[in-house]
Amino acid sequence: MTEFGFKLSQSNRIDLDETDNSVFKKVAIIVPDIKLCFNCGSCSASCTSTHFKRVSFRSAILLLNRGHNKEAISMLKSCMLCGKCILVCPRGIDTRNIIINILKAEEEMK
Amino acid sequence: MVSPSENLNLNNMYKNVLVLGGGVAGLQAASSLRDLGYRVTLVEKGEKPGGHLNNWDRLYPGNITSSSVIDGYLSNSQGIRILTNTTIKSALKSDKLLTVITSSSEEITVSAVIITTGFSLFDATIKEEYGYGLYNGVITNADLESLFISGKIHNREKPSRVGFVHCVGSRDDKVCNRHCSKICCMTAVKQACEIKEIWPETEAFCFYMDLRMFGRGYEDLYYEAQNKYGVNFIRGRVSEVGEDENGKLVVKAEDTLTSRPLKISLDMLVLMSGMVKNPDNKALSAIFETSIGEDGFFAQPHPIVNPTGSSSTRIFFAGSATGPKSVAESVNEAKSAALSVHMLLSNE
Repeated sequence: MTEFGFKLSQSNRIDLDETDNSVFKKVAIIVPDIKLCFNCGSCSASCTSTHFKRVSFRSAILLLNRGHNKEAISMLKSCMLCGKCILVCPRGIDTRNIIINILKAEEEMK
Repeated sequence: MVSPSENLNLNNMYKNVLVLGGGVAGLQAASSLRDLGYRVTLVEKGEKPGGHLNNWDRLYPGNITSSSVIDGYLSNSQGIRILTNTTIKSALKSDKLLTVITSSSEEITVSAVIITTGFSLFDATIKEEYGYGLYNGVITNADLESLFISGKIHNREKPSRVGFVHCVGSRDDKVCNRHCSKICCMTAVKQACEIKEIWPETEAFCFYMDLRMFGRGYEDLYYEAQNKYGVNFIRGRVSEVGEDENGKLVVKAEDTLTSRPLKISLDMLVLMSGMVKNPDNKALSAIFETSIGEDGFFAQPHPIVNPTGSSSTRIFFAGSATGPKSVAESVNEAKSAALSVHMLLSNE
């Protein structure tokens, strides 16, 4: 077959009709704090890893809520669980507990 | 408490004051002036006093009913002459008096006027892209309040998903309203919580540009919406609304916090129509020789130190005639305006 060099791009759109945010919901039962984030960005701003890798707690839980689980998990893989983000979160969210539970839930769902 | 009769300057007894507009600001201004000993005429263009509160179910924070607020004023309105279905046609100024002529050709001579003509609700059909008037599922904040008041909300089929669009007709130069309407953020969040109270399994989505939960108890409302009711917040202005073959509303927005386009199908979409100028402002401003701002609301020469004062000595403002305000703020301004009238008249 002749290759013409065309390919289909994958949609970047968030389609909340097709979305599967079961990981988010599962974690929300264990750590309800996950619902409290208002995306201020303090967590990512204080994160040491974010200087080197694309780590962002607030982005990760937002993407998880929108059902983009793979991308969300990839953003947490480089987290060193230092806990600085807990100190700066104005809503007092137990970020480390959430991260651990997201990774656990993801493991269980595999 | 000192009864009004013990507290008065007897000179006030025969001084008349006109309050123009029978919404919450007008009712409060009239009742404060009456308590200070003035003879008050309250002119209302509608069929009954109460203004927009007549069409609103409950108020944030604390969820008290609007009807209890109105009833509180009306049950204590003795001594206030209330003229309904009445407007002002003209006013004649003399030294210390103003003679106004009403639509029923009555002449009322007063020493001061408080303008409490409030706001109009933005006409959501102007934002055609939101499909108000086109799709059955698209309603406004005021429509939802009417459904709450009448109880008809319970006759509706349980929606699986409901959306709330903030800033409809506010912060929008395209419709000549650059201003923030100030109360819609709380109204949207309040209504989302109320929907979740009625149908706990329904998912609620608020589409906002900024959340301006600025007052005491408002941030708690937001916290409760997230924590107790699980309301979803999406930062992004809805760009368009369509309808699919099953009658579901298809809503598009950008999820700006993930920088991605977003699509969602909803059963009901509630538009937060903002507060815009009362269309009567221009004519009234000409009659009373006051000025209006670019946004069409009445303008105060000194909005910071004298928010109830106008450019005319005997004309005062209270409530959302000078820009969007909450009920509590309107009540405060009405009391402040009544005091300003008293300070002017008791020295004459």
